[in-house]
Amino acid sequence: MALSRDDIQDKVAEVLEEALGVDSDEIKPDATLIGDLGAESIDFLDISFQLEKAFEPDCAADRPFKIEQGELFPENVLNDAELVDNGRLTDQGMSILKEKMPHVDFAEFEADRSVSKISELFTVKTLVDFCERKLSVCAA
Amino acid sequence: MRWMWIDAITEYEPDKRLVAVKNVSLSEEHLHDHFAATEDRHAMPLMPNSLIVEGMAQTAGVLVGSINAFREKVVLAKIVRATIERDVLPGQSIRYDASIERLDDAGASTAGTIERLDHRHGEWEQIGRIDLIFSHIDNNMSGLEFPEHNFVFGENFRTLLRSAGMDSFCE
Repeated sequence: MALSRDDIQDKVAEVLEEALGVDSDEIKPDATLIGDLGAESIDFLDISFQLEKAFEPDCAADRPFKIEQGELFPENVLNDAELVDNGRLTDQGMSILKEKMPHVDFAEFEADRSVSKISELFTVKTLVDFCERKLSVCAA
Repeated sequence: MRWMWIDAITEYEPDKRLVAVKNVSLSEEHLHDHFAATEDRHAMPLMPNSLIVEGMAQTAGVLVGSINAFREKVVLAKIVRATIERDVLPGQSIRYDASIERLDDAGASTAGTIERLDHRHGEWEQIGRIDLIFSHIDNNMSGLEFPEHNFVFGENFRTLLRSAGMDSFCE
């Protein structure tokens, strides 16, 4: 049976508690992973591994819940001089980010495009959306 | 020279598991400071837990590095969990048993148990768990440059691999 949105939220919260050492009451939908929950870049790898493990039983063997490098956080975009100009994403950079991160709502970010504000895009809700999208493809 | 915190590799299942042992000796200088005698008590030489974590990092690091024949630079990125419930004293041995949990281009996660052998009783007992994350830094630190040669797995590690019969990695 497919997981409900609540089930997915619960699993994501368990992973964040474990990976970031935060209390369950800190994990609110609009909490940012970096600013509010204290995630560092290596934590994204830990979170990816733990999400894969958590959702493994919910996916078909031939469609595993696999998070590729850069899928959750496409850091290479930020290091490409053609995609970032004067600390802000170019049109091309914005387009690539949207393509790589369909699980993210860019409405507020797009007005400013400042690279320094990218971390604010990663909220608990974003992560739940990301997992829900992946599960819709891989769930048995 | 890199400070080695494992003495020998005793079991190796390629891509899956690696086991290493360390014998703790009173001749190790740091034990005399950890902990030295005070006015109130005698000296209490104990293997520092931080170095037990390093021993697991070296054990699991060799396992992760071996998967790509030590071509990639593998560094410890995160201690996910470390619980050590018993002290290890001079004359006792430590066994590190590390297994791969997840692996991809960016890095790997490992799960490990720590056991202690008191030679007077002759039985291994589990005293803790250490789970780690390793990063393949060549794939993760875009924008930063590292030396071409593999500074992570140096000559001391090759000596360890040769003595474990893993010579093919040293050619």
